[in-house]
Amino acid sequence: MKLLIRGGRIIDPAQAMDKVTDILVINGKVETVANNIEAREGMKEIDAEGLIVCPGLIDVHTHLREPGQEHKETVFTGAAAAAAGGYTAVCAMPNTDPVADNQTVVSFVKQRGINAQLSRVYPIAAITKGSQGQELTEVGDLVGAGAVALSDDGQPVMNAAVMRRALEYTKLFSLPIVSHAEDKTLSAGGVMHEGEVSTRLGLSGIPALAEEVAVMRDILLAEATGGQLHLAHISTVGAVNLVRQAKLRGANITAEAAPHHFSLTHQAVDGYHTDTKVNPPLRTEADVEAVIKGLSEGTLDVIATDHAPHSMEEKDVEFDLAPFGLVGLETALALVVSKLIRPGHLNWTQAVTLLSTNPARIFKLPGGTLTPGSEADITIINPDLERTVTKELFKSKGRNTPFDGWKLQGWAEYTIVSGKIIFQRNSKEG
Amino acid sequence: MRWQRKDLLALEPLTRDEINLILDTAVPMKDIIRRDIKKVPTLRGRTVINLFYEPSTRTRTSFELAGKYMGADTVNIAASGSSVVKGETLKDTAKTIQVMGADVVILRHGMAGAPKILAETVTSRVINAGDGTHEHPTQALLDLFTIRESKGSIAGLTVTIVGDILHSRVARSNIWGLTKLGAKVRLVAPPTLMPPGIEQLGAEVFYRPEEALAGSDVVMALRIQKERQQKGLFPSLREYAKIYGINQERLALAKDGCLLLHPGPINRGIELSNTVADSIQSRINEQVTNGVAVRMAILFLLMGGGKGETIN
Ligand SMILES: [Zn+2]
Ligand SMILES: [Zn+2]
Repeated sequence: MKLLIRGGRIIDPAQAMDKVTDILVINGKVETVANNIEAREGMKEIDAEGLIVCPGLIDVHTHLREPGQEHKETVFTGAAAAAAGGYTAVCAMPNTDPVADNQTVVSFVKQRGINAQLSRVYPIAAITKGSQGQELTEVGDLVGAGAVALSDDGQPVMNAAVMRRALEYTKLFSLPIVSHAEDKTLSAGGVMHEGEVSTRLGLSGIPALAEEVAVMRDILLAEATGGQLHLAHISTVGAVNLVRQAKLRGANITAEAAPHHFSLTHQAVDGYHTDTKVNPPLRTEADVEAVIKGLSEGTLDVIATDHAPHSMEEKDVEFDLAPFGLVGLETALALVVSKLIRPGHLNWTQAVTLLSTNPARIFKLPGGTLTPGSEADITIINPDLERTVTKELFKSKGRNTPFDGWKLQGWAEYTIVSGKIIFQRNSKEG
Repeated sequence: MRWQRKDLLALEPLTRDEINLILDTAVPMKDIIRRDIKKVPTLRGRTVINLFYEPSTRTRTSFELAGKYMGADTVNIAASGSSVVKGETLKDTAKTIQVMGADVVILRHGMAGAPKILAETVTSRVINAGDGTHEHPTQALLDLFTIRESKGSIAGLTVTIVGDILHSRVARSNIWGLTKLGAKVRLVAPPTLMPPGIEQLGAEVFYRPEEALAGSDVVMALRIQKERQQKGLFPSLREYAKIYGINQERLALAKDGCLLLHPGPINRGIELSNTVADSIQSRINEQVTNGVAVRMAILFLLMGGGKGETIN
């Protein structure tokens, strides 16, 4: 099994590389990165001229819905969506039914991921039993079964003492705790960002404070315990500021932002489009700017999708009744290129750092670099390809995207896992 | 000018001319209500369905009378939450109503945006009779009609709305309607009942009624719901009445001849003292009559009235 990728612009922040050259993959590993590698018999060749070749994208925040809600997504359809989006790996959130708070569910998800033979699937296990926020799960068993992090995502751990113990206890395993930072007493009943738009539409608001109070609490707990805290989906000016200040103090924390939080504001909710109902909600222009600044200056370490598929029936109801969440795996890269790189907020090295290098480092996953000897998980991107987002063509079962019909530039051409092409763009689809 | 819209969902998108068309059409309608035999055949053979997911005897009765006075067949459906529990969605209900052949559906719903979903699902005309904390356009139109009737015109007036602005669809619709017709709108509420960013709808925000009332031509008090106190949004009804209740002394701060409105039903002694509720400044009873006239006008316009048809 040999694969030669010729003439692409290789961007690998882990080895400070940004140059046009060739890359040779043998037996699923990166063999050499060098100029004018000679093609030999039995080698598959990809002409990557004009394309960007980078370590495979890793999404640390994906909801796959299996087991329990296979009508929304399965591990297979989610992994296919990931591959189509340029992701070579995804971390699956544990809020399935039953919750991934035990070895059985964690191993099941992991095995399903292996069977799919698409993007890698890494299970995240629950912090507390049933994600109820009360009793810690058996972390040792969960790690043994393949969990790469812990999270009660979808729900915050409201009890500060429980969160403290979780951050302390997991030091034993050097495992990141992914926090869905939301103070439920402040967000209660809210369905969109609290502000001028919620007032005009007559919808109950979720204030920015609900996120900020929780982010502050978790930062203090992480600093006090020395546990590894990763803050999910940061969406407000105040939360970005809190992360920045904590890092200046030397706090060992990391944070992520989602593409919809740098691409849309709460104005998108106008018209009661339930595909814009997401938690944390779409915020103001100032919040969008703060998230972009946080990503460009490195305060925010990761871009993660928070891919949350729901069925049409569940979303095709009154705004108050619709579930939170939108699908993101198949639009994330194009949004990064169109909304961050092309306007000059990020360069390609920064983008790859946020999409691959940092996710691999923080979650201690294979991939994230193209140094010889590493896993040949590679994404090849056409930075100039313009396509219209067409939700009917999604590999995900979820059609709940607010980006349908958007013209975006910058899409994956090939997604390669262990040297095997798991996605190749069909030229007919454009 | 002619009415062009299929539905009446909100005042926010309406132009000044559209609002004036409704108010002008309501004038002859009010004459019909004053007759001995209050019935015209204009909507004979038409079916109007009152679909109420929230109980509201006042609004429902007002629409029902408006339909009956116009000669339409009116049917009431109290949907409550039960059909939702049974798994029937608003869209399912809408389709059922569609096949029943309703010409107009009047929807009262606890959730903002529900009338929009209905209007997009059915070919029947849809009138929003209040959706969550979003809008209650016909209530605001009857308020505008009442003010115009007494003051001659809306432009240049200062209208102060007192009460639970946070949860009030009446306030939101009135802000749109009043400002489009050239009035200044002042809002007074405890800070906990003032929604963020409401100034961007074009109103001025006050926390003390004394400041807002000075120079007002119209005072509109809103109903306060006891549940808000239980949710901790203000300390007690007693304190609310003391600080925000409209009594004679407070009303005296407004302009001479200031009108007093209330969408009803009144919590006497809380939003309004008995004396002001029954004073000559009060237009509260007139509002009820005008509500029927305005709703007749809307039914008439939505059913294609104004194309040379007479109302007699
Ligand atoms: Zn979350
Ligand atoms: Zn999530």
